Amino acid sequence: MRLSCPLCGPRDRREFYYYGSDDYLNRPHSDPQADASSGGWSDAWEDYLHLRDNPAGRLRDLWYHEGGCGAWLAVTRDTSTHQVFDVALVVDLKGKAGS
Amino acid sequence: MRVVNKGQIDRSRPIGFSFDGRNHVGFAGDTLASALLANGQRLVGRSFKYHRPRGLWSAGSEEPNALVTARQIPNQRATMLELYDGLAAESQNRWPSLRWDVLSINDAFAPFLGAGFYYKTFMWPRAFWEGLYEPLIRRAAGLGKLPRSHDTGRYEKAYAFCDLLVVGAGPAGLMAALVAGRAGANVIVADEDARMGGRLNAETIQIDGQPGDQWAAGILAELASLPNVRLMPRTTVTGAYDGGTYGALERVGHHVAAPGADLPLECFWRIVARRCILAAGAIERGIAFANNDRPGIMAASAVRAYLNRWGVAAGRSVAVWGNNDDAWRTAQDLAAAGVRVAAMLDSRADPARAKGPHDFPVFTGTQVVGSRGRHGLEGLQIRDPKGTRMLACDCLAVSGGWNPTLHLSCHMNDRPVWREDIAGFVPKPGAVPGMSVVGAANGTMDTTACLAEGARAAQDCLKDLGMAGVDVDLPQADDGRFDISPLWVVAGQGRAWLDFQNDVTVKDVQQAARENFASVEHMKRYTTQGMAPDQGKNSNMAALAVLADATGRGIPETGTTTYRPPFVPVAIAAMGAGGRGKGFAPERFMTSHLPTVERGAPMIEAGLWYRPSYFPRPGETTWQQSCDREVRAVRTAVGVADVSTLGKIDIQGPDAAAFLDFVYINRFSTLKPGRVRYGLMLREDGHVLDDGTTARLAPDHFVMTTTTAAAGLVMRHLEFVHQALCPQFDVRFISVTEQWAQFAIAGPKSRDLLNSLLETPLSESAFGFMHCGEVRLPGLTARLFRISFSGEHAYELAVPARYGEALFRDLCARAETMGGCAYGMEALNVLRIEKGFITHAEIHGRVTAFDIGLQGLMAQKDCIGRAAAQRPGLLGAEREQMVGLMPVDPLQAISAGAFVFAQGASAQRDNAQGYVTSVCWSVTLSSHLGLGFLRDGRARYGQELRLVDHLCGVDTVVRVVDPVFFDKEGTRARG
Repeated sequence: MRLSCPLCGPRDRREFYYYGSDDYLNRPHSDPQADASSGGWSDAWEDYLHLRDNPAGRLRDLWYHEGGCGAWLAVTRDTSTHQVFDVALVVDLKGKAGS
Repeated sequence: MRVVNKGQIDRSRPIGFSFDGRNHVGFAGDTLASALLANGQRLVGRSFKYHRPRGLWSAGSEEPNALVTARQIPNQRATMLELYDGLAAESQNRWPSLRWDVLSINDAFAPFLGAGFYYKTFMWPRAFWEGLYEPLIRRAAGLGKLPRSHDTGRYEKAYAFCDLLVVGAGPAGLMAALVAGRAGANVIVADEDARMGGRLNAETIQIDGQPGDQWAAGILAELASLPNVRLMPRTTVTGAYDGGTYGALERVGHHVAAPGADLPLECFWRIVARRCILAAGAIERGIAFANNDRPGIMAASAVRAYLNRWGVAAGRSVAVWGNNDDAWRTAQDLAAAGVRVAAMLDSRADPARAKGPHDFPVFTGTQVVGSRGRHGLEGLQIRDPKGTRMLACDCLAVSGGWNPTLHLSCHMNDRPVWREDIAGFVPKPGAVPGMSVVGAANGTMDTTACLAEGARAAQDCLKDLGMAGVDVDLPQADDGRFDISPLWVVAGQGRAWLDFQNDVTVKDVQQAARENFASVEHMKRYTTQGMAPDQGKNSNMAALAVLADATGRGIPETGTTTYRPPFVPVAIAAMGAGGRGKGFAPERFMTSHLPTVERGAPMIEAGLWYRPSYFPRPGETTWQQSCDREVRAVRTAVGVADVSTLGKIDIQGPDAAAFLDFVYINRFSTLKPGRVRYGLMLREDGHVLDDGTTARLAPDHFVMTTTTAAAGLVMRHLEFVHQALCPQFDVRFISVTEQWAQFAIAGPKSRDLLNSLLETPLSESAFGFMHCGEVRLPGLTARLFRISFSGEHAYELAVPARYGEALFRDLCARAETMGGCAYGMEALNVLRIEKGFITHAEIHGRVTAFDIGLQGLMAQKDCIGRAAAQRPGLLGAEREQMVGLMPVDPLQAISAGAFVFAQGASAQRDNAQGYVTSVCWSVTLSSHLGLGFLRDGRARYGQELRLVDHLCGVDTVVRVVDPVFFDKEGTRARG
């Protein structure tokens, strides 16, 4: 398997560390004022940490170019054909979302 | 025997070799198979199950019968072993000899040993399995024998990249390579044969009026002259993987008589190709009839190959039998070479090919129904419309048609499609992205069309790659059309063999269908058809046809089993090349490595690092003595330890402090420059990720330390947090672990030692606990941190790595003049356990800040893990909390991994109340100590519990105490 890092070009799968679903990009709001007893825990956090779709087909997940530039990547691929559609820098995605 | 004026062998270079201890002579260019055949050795092996005598069937990597052991490597195919001087090959699966094999008695019991025999027989009594059946079966089973020693052969792995990978250098592959090579593409041509050219080396086909092998040699010469083309003979492409990645096995040293120490036997390649053209040709199949496995019954194409390429007649009187036009070439070539053709038999009633005068007897509408001969073929029983009769011959060349070698096209899950006109499966177009299949592998059976197809596929690839095509004249070959009328099995009495390697007969497959193992995958597993080293290359199609017939389905509806890599057997040693022993595993050495080893310190692995266990002195006979001395030195004088392996991350930027506040549960924005703070970081799920100290060198400049084990993990985590969660922060960080050598100087005399070194000595009050800053050593500036992992008054001194070794030598020498010494990991561990400091033995991934008593660090701010850390179940009395454990008898050793129970409770898992993570002998306190986790532990100080370790045989009573055993107030470190 090969991934095309937007910064480094096409590289072998062994250079990358696999993390998990791109759900990890959408961290729920955390209330710094919530104290230890009432907690900041919520259903949104439960979803964020534990609930994942497991599609046979297109999905986007996060990879880290550990043996390369150190960029976190969002890879869109097909779990049944292994086709890779797109590799984007997480920084770019988050920049867009934030702007 | 040899045939004059035939073959591409070099008769001026005889080569001596032996088979089962008997000496023979072959020629340069021979394979073991061709040389054996030339020497009249027809019996070459025994079958797996019934030990039936077997001879050569093929001339290629699909060979099912001629498996030999050479250079202690079993199961090598004689057809792939090139002859070299002194080659000593042994036949397999026979005892005491190939001709007289005791276990051939199995054959007499064949009626009882049919499909499913093992499954039905060894089911009961259950207890017999381990004691009786398994050892018996293991002794009888297996083809070759593995040597008892390690494989000392050298294996390598390598990587290659190209625009176009051409698999197979027959006519189609050569044309493809020529077109792409002339166009300037980077081309790799891989062919499993030592001599490229494919069937052109084995046939008498003419191309553009030139003998095929000479035409191929011309093309190969041109390809070899192109700098952008790499020819890889002896290289079998074994698998197709995602992203245009291909596995390939190159046999580098097997054919060399005396390989040098640097020459590997095999090399496993990973080839990344932008495009691939599969031109692997086709494999001829047989026709099953009664006793069709006698030595002397061979694939017709193999008989031609032995004749045309190696100048060997496979028999003195050869019968040829086929259901297609191709078989006729065999009779023609043999007759032209002066070998007697006993008869040309064609199963078709009236083939067009039979017309015209022939130099040999021709029988049409004829089938072979049986054979005779004990250790080799002596005659055939043939049946035509007029009746049945015997035909004397010592070789039968049989052709049931060709199976395209499409395996690689199916490695990514697609199934092949059936083509009626050639009675075979062909690849599904587009089955592997970037791969096109041409020539016989694609079901194209005439050479002219193969040549054109190869050229066209290459032009298409060039277009895909954005490269200009080239004009190439398409050569013309003189072979005619291919016509076939399928015939898989000849009905009749006696066993008709399908899978020679696993001894599977037509009847076995029919029985599988009767017992409702009707799916092809079930039939395969029930009969073991296709599960031998040849993976069914010689038998799958016929077995499918028998199954299709038995179940009343067509062949395409029956379908094929799954094609999986590797295409040929690949030694684990080749795939794991570089993995034996230390192999290619990186080793990280501290700057103090050399002086440490010079001092005789045994090194232990810490991740990829090597750290000293202890520093032995004369007279010390155990590690414990050295460790105790080192601990005492630190507690009473001064010790020096290299702590450079801890991760060091340099963090800079206006938002550095805000970033650290988000990463750590405690605050760093309030830390003054010139100060150090302990920090704890969590995973987002609320469990502890890592801990360490972080120093603020300047308002926008921090240096974080991580544990040795988690340095990479923390770096990845920081990158994620920054890039994914707070990219708006203006902060940058980089690992500087290897840029700085850092030494702990610990003990009551640490300041004295340091002051003997510094240009400006530290005053009593100048450099307090948890201070940091730059200091001057003679000739260089260093960083000094007043931190302690031993509980003593201690410093860590960091210098650029190039000064590390010299500084370590200097520090050790100074310490020794003060009654101190260097200390290793054992002493470091004792010192930290005495103080209740944690390592990853404690923060092992399932503990929270609450569990280790550091919940109080959690500041009123958002941070990674904050929300989840407050989940129900992660706080409170039900948690196992960190405690100290002291045996009631201080001399009683306790063990890490032990569990603790209420006294009187039985020591079983559901009674466990906690467990031990770290233990040591504390020379300071004259007691064994342990750190561990205990349910509601902090409320249970003073209780006595039972500690049990079934594995180490420990069962004793321990007292629960505060995990800080020594200097609870911390006055020694602060003073």
